[in-house]
Amino acid sequence: MRKIKASELIGPVKQALQEINFDTPAETMESLRRAWKTEVSEAGRGVLEDIVKNREIAAKKRLAMCQDTGMAVIFVELGQEVHIEGPIEEALNEAVRQAYEEGYLRKSVVADPLFDRKNTRDNTPAIVHFRLVPGEQLKLIVAAKGAGSENMSTVKMLTPAAGVAGLKRAVVEFVEQAGPNPCPPIVVGLGIGGDLELAALLAKRALMRKMGQRNPDPRYAKLEEELLEAINRTGVGPQGLGGINTAMDVRIEYFPTHIAELPLAINIDCHLHRHKEIVI
Amino acid sequence: MAEAIKLETPLGAREIERLRIGDKVLLNGEIYTGRDAAHKRLVEQLQRGEPLPFPLEGAVIYYVGPAPAKPGMAIGPAGPTTSYRMDPYTPALLEQGLKGMIGKGNRGKEVREALKRHKAVYFISTGGAAALVAERIKRAELVAYEDLGPEAVQRLIVADFPVIVANDIYGGDIYEEGKKRYRKEPVL
Repeated sequence: MRKIKASELIGPVKQALQEINFDTPAETMESLRRAWKTEVSEAGRGVLEDIVKNREIAAKKRLAMCQDTGMAVIFVELGQEVHIEGPIEEALNEAVRQAYEEGYLRKSVVADPLFDRKNTRDNTPAIVHFRLVPGEQLKLIVAAKGAGSENMSTVKMLTPAAGVAGLKRAVVEFVEQAGPNPCPPIVVGLGIGGDLELAALLAKRALMRKMGQRNPDPRYAKLEEELLEAINRTGVGPQGLGGINTAMDVRIEYFPTHIAELPLAINIDCHLHRHKEIVI
Repeated sequence: MAEAIKLETPLGAREIERLRIGDKVLLNGEIYTGRDAAHKRLVEQLQRGEPLPFPLEGAVIYYVGPAPAKPGMAIGPAGPTTSYRMDPYTPALLEQGLKGMIGKGNRGKEVREALKRHKAVYFISTGGAAALVAERIKRAELVAYEDLGPEAVQRLIVADFPVIVANDIYGGDIYEEGKKRYRKEPVL
């Protein structure tokens, strides 16, 4: 059995949290540049120019791309043959604490959601999802999720009668109604099936894939492409100012469901699209 | 492309009457930061009849919670937050003379009506371009509600801070116009 000290996670997770706030992966930059080149609206092109320039400044000066440096969301895939010594969640929160303090990232977490809403002042706690998998590997996906796009997200309990056409309508109507608020050009993560909470989790998991990475099932891959095209026909455009680049990508994750259910979760990500996979 | 209109704060009625949706504006002078928690406190203070921490007459509020400033910088990355969350508080502030707001995203019907009634405008700035826009903020100082951390009210001195008019006093809405223009039917 492989042994990993929980404290060994602090360094790599901290580094990942800072990098996703400062740096842009090549495939995301390529998507943004393509949008800038293809955009037909002048206001939309202006926005995309701002976004690309901003990313260059952020990377060069090691500054956050957005003042909303997000709440840390961490997916942990723990190999069953790995023994973690020490409290893993504490180590992850320590990584968040150090990353946000030392990286001049904004602390955006309140301790109580309803009553006091007092800022925890260190951006903890992170939202952590664990999954046990076979093997000796520890994989972490580290994300920083901002509120502008998270607020424009939902779960809809469709009925099986909705079918493909009903589901497509629900997605496109929702994204269109979100309009400028989630900071388009967006990435749309969809969770289809499972139940209420699994659909939401699948939608977020879909956002953790790479830009342009299609679902391995050709039917879902085709649906992703059709939805992307439909969303880009709405006219919402970059920052909602009108144009043909409302979304950069649509990704679907699915799971078996009950004979009476068709859960659909829609999790929107802003153009920042900050996440990174690390393997320990 | 139309040239940007330079404006100095505080804003007056005559300048506001000139503005139309889509106009590019470069703001200069003092603006105040304020978002969710600060808005709640401002409106509560108004309801209790208490003086506000800054004068609202002609003022511009920027919906922003900046990231911390690195040493030697006036302010950290400071882009706009989504505006509709401030909608429940906005009409009360417009009544007190607030003339401009900077944010991103669309406003509700009540706010748009209040803009017409009180002759005020809603500006937008590019969301998620925070390191870029922060370069136009020359100074930042704490004004009130320090305990709110990134949500505290600060006075910012800006130089040619670029914004676009999204809602004017004539009822125009930049988002509705833009979408209409580039929509391709049938969408599905």
